[in-house]
Amino acid sequence: MTQSSPLSQSRPTRRNLLKSAALGSAAAFAAPYVKDSYAAGSLSLGVWDHWVPGANNTLTKLCNEWGAKNNCEVKIDYITSQGEKDKLTAAAEAQAGTGHDIMSHRDWNIRIHQTVLEPLDDVVGGLIKQYGPISPVAEYLAKIKGTWSGVPTTVGSQVKPCQSRLDLYQQYAGLDLRDMFPADVSKYDKAKIDTWSWDTYLDAAQKLHKAGFPVGLPMGQSSDAVDWVGALFNSFGVVMVDAKDNIKINSDEARTALEYLKKLMAVNPPEVYAWDDAGNNRWIISGKGSGIMNPPSSWAVAIRDNKPVGEQLWHHPMPRGPKGRFVGQLPQFYGLWSFSKNKSAAKDLLTYISQKDAVAQLVAASSGYDLPSFTSMYDITTWQTVAPPAGVVYSYPPRGDEQTSITGAPARSEVGAQIYNQAINTVMVSKFTQGNEKLDDVIKWAENELEGTLRA
Amino acid sequence: MADTVQTWSPQLPGVALRPSARQNLRLFLQRRSTIAVLMCLPLILIIACLVIYPAFYSIYLSMLNKTQTRFIGLGNFRFLLSRDVFLMVVEQTAIFALTAVFFKALIGLITAHLINNLPASGQRKWRGMMLVPWVIPLALSSLGWWWLFDPIHSAFNYILQSFGYDEVPWLSSPYWARFSVILVNVWYGAPFFLIMYLAALKSVPDQLYEAAAIDGANAWQKFVHITLPMMRNIISITVLFSLIVTFANFDIVQIMTAGGPRNMTHVFATYAFMLGIRSGDLPLGAATSLFMFPILAIAAIFILRGVRRRGREIG
Repeated sequence: MTQSSPLSQSRPTRRNLLKSAALGSAAAFAAPYVKDSYAAGSLSLGVWDHWVPGANNTLTKLCNEWGAKNNCEVKIDYITSQGEKDKLTAAAEAQAGTGHDIMSHRDWNIRIHQTVLEPLDDVVGGLIKQYGPISPVAEYLAKIKGTWSGVPTTVGSQVKPCQSRLDLYQQYAGLDLRDMFPADVSKYDKAKIDTWSWDTYLDAAQKLHKAGFPVGLPMGQSSDAVDWVGALFNSFGVVMVDAKDNIKINSDEARTALEYLKKLMAVNPPEVYAWDDAGNNRWIISGKGSGIMNPPSSWAVAIRDNKPVGEQLWHHPMPRGPKGRFVGQLPQFYGLWSFSKNKSAAKDLLTYISQKDAVAQLVAASSGYDLPSFTSMYDITTWQTVAPPAGVVYSYPPRGDEQTSITGAPARSEVGAQIYNQAINTVMVSKFTQGNEKLDDVIKWAENELEGTLRA
Repeated sequence: MADTVQTWSPQLPGVALRPSARQNLRLFLQRRSTIAVLMCLPLILIIACLVIYPAFYSIYLSMLNKTQTRFIGLGNFRFLLSRDVFLMVVEQTAIFALTAVFFKALIGLITAHLINNLPASGQRKWRGMMLVPWVIPLALSSLGWWWLFDPIHSAFNYILQSFGYDEVPWLSSPYWARFSVILVNVWYGAPFFLIMYLAALKSVPDQLYEAAAIDGANAWQKFVHITLPMMRNIISITVLFSLIVTFANFDIVQIMTAGGPRNMTHVFATYAFMLGIRSGDLPLGAATSLFMFPILAIAAIFILRGVRRRGREIG
């Protein structure tokens, strides 16, 4: 008698094959997310190339750790945002329908590529359950028609609060910023913080300009300029286009903000109109400037290249306006292309690198530059320990009454993307402050441009 | 000139003379025109893939709506013509291209004459040196110029200040910024004109100048009545070629000003990049870049018509 082998027992028949296929399909549709990366083999990522030297290594390490645990080969291409190469790559992959599995997208790119991105509600939903509320700016940019199309990254996500020279503010403006914003939120004194308004800021900027150390606020068409002007507009209550496509720029709030900016730009160096995103960094590092609005990258370079300046820098919240205190936030996202061959493994990797332990390593590697989108993670110790001076980046994550915002909101994100990328707010300000155009003409110009952004 | 192999042979009644398929193939491959096409095929394929396909694809893209889901015909073009910023971009591109080409042609002509009048032994090193701007990759040289104009650490301003002059807002004032990008384009493109004009000058027969000298013509008269007429076709072709390249310029403006301040240095290519890539509106970006096409086509028709007419006159 012959014994049947296990192989012969599982000999494929047409009936078995159909049955398996049906079961497999049903499982794939019914199960929202199944960790089956063992079946995967490999994953490729196109990720933003970090400014901070060495910061990429930590992400590579985390991905390799995950890959080793899950028997999956992970390949990462770091793509610079210089010359928008990352956006070009994403546009090319979206058009071609092939490329990396996971791609990091800056600012508005999730919306731009939404039709070729895989829904990630399961991943983001799980993270929200774990870590609580997510940044409203991240939600505005990546949750489209109720569906999350991107997972907010830690790497590269940032806000752009004030970064000021302690010594110069103290000496020429009589303001002790460390006392006002100590490296411990429980010691924030509301009475002191409430005095930090745009009026106080203007007064200080005028004194610092007189002393030969002007603040440097970019007014070109790059994101640093768009972000701080957007935050100021929000704090003055300026709405460019509302969520129902109504153009609202012809308002008293807009006129008040522009009149204020006329005074503020007069005490900035004239070259701010030509600055790119590195202009304000160079300004503060050079020692000529007393303050900018930026993530801690400028501090990190100052510590390396001009330590006496770096040791006097201090991050603190933005000034308060009539409608509140706002800071420009620019999150990044991981998007999973719908043409990816390995979606399940990709989702598992994204969940892995979004855990607080991983986030803490990424934040540490970037000296506090990278900012997660969950406020519950702002207690990561890096922001307390980074020095010199000790606590320099503690108030870099929004603390106290500071709210995050992005230029273009609350318009529909399709409209907001146009407003942001065409820098309509900074061109308005430049026309009024540098071009000396009449306020009414500037408002009329903006109305015309905003009307263009509503094109279907 | 025959370009085929003659295969004539007398046909006898009742005898089948049709060559076999193999013979046919051999004869086909032996034709010079066939070989020429085969040898050009890689180039034709490259052009088809990298030029013709993208060109038609961009025409197709320019006729879609923002989300690329609906055909809207010329809607994007109509929309662009209704925007103030786009009309400003058209004007700026024309100023940029025409001014830059004029100065490139002028500088090229002057330097070509200067070099042509040097002793033969000294010409080579001057030709080499003058070509340097043209052979450096444009992105690199633009970056170098940007450092010279840098808003914070401008080398030019450092020199000006050391002589007691005020700083110049090279890139922060819109009009200085326009000047700066045109200057860099002229610096980069003038050597092309130089080398073309130098070649043209060398082809003018010396006998014409000798005859003119006997007739008592001065240097200016020789230039106007001999040199310029003999160079007209080369001048036309170089101007056309340079006009096309300058109209489509991207690197210099993108690196130095990115279209700012106040959108006042945008040209078609940088504005198309801002709309198409940065803002994610590829159809509108494609429509913007295609606006160059009719402008350049009209210029090409007029210039080439003149070249052909003069060619017939000479022939």
